Amino acid sequence: MKQTLSRLKYWYQRASAAGAEYYNAPYRAAIARAQRDEDDLFMLLVFGEMMGIPNPASWYTLELQPLLLERFHDWHKRMGMERSPLDNMRCC
Amino acid sequence: MSAILLLVLGLGGMALGYFLYSRFIAKVIYKVDENFRTPANEYEDGVDFVPTNKFVLWGHHFTSVAGAAPIVGPAIAVIWGWLPAFLWVTIGTIFFAGVHDFGAIWASVRNKAKSVGTLTGEVVGKRARSVFTIVIFLVLLMVNAVFGVVIAKLLINNPGSVVPVWGAIAVALVIGQLIYRAKMSLPIVSILGVAALYFLIYIGPSVPVSLPEHMIGLSDNAAWILILFAYAAVASLLPVWVLLQPRDYINGLQLFVGLIALYAAVLIASPEVVAPMINFGAPEGTPSMIPLLFVTIACGAISGFHGLVASGTTSKQLRREPDARFVGYFGATGEGALALAAIIAATAGFSSLSEWQSVYTSFGQGGVLAFVNGGATILSQGTGLDANVASTMLTVMAALFAGTTMDTGLRLQRYIFQEWGEIYNAKWMTKPAPATLLSVGTCLLLAFGAGGADGSGGLLIWPLFGTTNQLLAGLTLLVITVMLVRRGAPTRYTLIPLVFLLAMTLFALVLQLKGFYASGQWFLLGLDVVVLVAAILVTLECVASLRRVKQERAQTEAS
Repeated sequence: MKQTLSRLKYWYQRASAAGAEYYNAPYRAAIARAQRDEDDLFMLLVFGEMMGIPNPASWYTLELQPLLLERFHDWHKRMGMERSPLDNMRCC
Repeated sequence: MSAILLLVLGLGGMALGYFLYSRFIAKVIYKVDENFRTPANEYEDGVDFVPTNKFVLWGHHFTSVAGAAPIVGPAIAVIWGWLPAFLWVTIGTIFFAGVHDFGAIWASVRNKAKSVGTLTGEVVGKRARSVFTIVIFLVLLMVNAVFGVVIAKLLINNPGSVVPVWGAIAVALVIGQLIYRAKMSLPIVSILGVAALYFLIYIGPSVPVSLPEHMIGLSDNAAWILILFAYAAVASLLPVWVLLQPRDYINGLQLFVGLIALYAAVLIASPEVVAPMINFGAPEGTPSMIPLLFVTIACGAISGFHGLVASGTTSKQLRREPDARFVGYFGATGEGALALAAIIAATAGFSSLSEWQSVYTSFGQGGVLAFVNGGATILSQGTGLDANVASTMLTVMAALFAGTTMDTGLRLQRYIFQEWGEIYNAKWMTKPAPATLLSVGTCLLLAFGAGGADGSGGLLIWPLFGTTNQLLAGLTLLVITVMLVRRGAPTRYTLIPLVFLLAMTLFALVLQLKGFYASGQWFLLGLDVVVLVAAILVTLECVASLRRVKQERAQTEAS
């Protein structure tokens, strides 16, 4: 009985995974792109102050900068800037 | 003759095509390589490039290419008798569609998963790229206009389907929320969703809805078309996960359920084909079978639209190059099977020849309604389902397909307008709302311009849609052929379909031009001229680029 139950559970999980894959695959790109757009806006909020855009929350966003450093290079390239726009951020 | 024979011969032929012909094409012509690193692996980013299981990929490829078109086309074309439609669907799937779809994925995979449009620009030339954009725009325009008309017809023909067709949208909205917000498990949501949809189908016939025949100066048909486009405009502006994604999912499930039920019903009920083998007594005004058959059935035999899907999204997810054969060729086979089901429903679902003739009274009649009514008869004979419920089920299947295509089509058309806005520096056109309005406006213009004030004649543009679709297929085949010439592989397996398609398309356009002129349909005449110009441009591109690459090839061989 226990074995049948665990086998059923196994098949249910497999069906669930296959279903999720089938559901998500065609729209993965569109949704990821939408998320990236929102993330890009967030990057602007965090790094905007350093480029001369006043931001009243910069005291707090300053703390986030090290965390977002890894994404900085991809972001400035995506925004159409070949080289890093900030003197103190030498990523490339 | 029994419909079972038709089914066995058709599916058997396609199976042979897959096991023998596609293997030959893979080995000898495209020379697919197990060790080739596909773009999905090379550029894997979790967004566009994701190596995907070939069965999942096939499921997507198939459900994105299969829509209402492989139902409408064959169901119109049986007016010439069942044999021509049957032969073109079977032979077309084996030697044209399979090679084309498989080739489109292969060509794209070998070129960093670029789309056919970009490839046309790179492999063939810049001029060809411009022609390509125009042809795509025309295809989208026509498919949206025609499908608006088709759904309106379906809703009027079967008032019982109104509740399930619109209810399906509500079901999809709820499913989308349950998955994204409530994070419910997918199998449970799927079962609930399908159960809700079938419950709506079951109660639909008892709560029929129909619009008044005349409302503020509009016929019911015209009113439905306007409502549908208003809906499609809103739907195409929503984020994909809200409506399009869950609706696509439900449609996919519906497609498999419907197709399996229909084929099972044919096997159980074993209906007789009542339509003539070749209809020598076709109604007055029916155009000549050659070449019109080859443009009336586009999807289901060969369709350029598949090339867009194959090279746009499928090629970016292909894990191994040999998978292209299963995904592309077998995807085309799936679509052929849907077209075959439509032929069987529209020829064997009637009790007598005279009943069949009373449906096919003129060219463009019958069509999807014949599929729904005929298919419902077979379904209720085979499964014992109530005839009304069976008819509602097939109506919902066809209407949902056409609806999803309209939604996607309008979205793509909007992108083209936005792109034009950027190219020609028209700021307002780059915004989603005005671009959508322009798309809807052009579609409505076409639906009412071609179909008269009540929009009922909109199906007249179906063969024109077929011709533009075939032109698109021609361009894809050209890209593949040019690549094959450069690699020194045999070209006749793609060149012969290419020449045949272009010849039939040009012939059909000229013939229709004559017909529109004789009957004084000036709007359609103008549209025909536009497509004809595009067709001539495509032909010239083909001749010029093939001569050029053959010369290049000869020079490199000589040196």
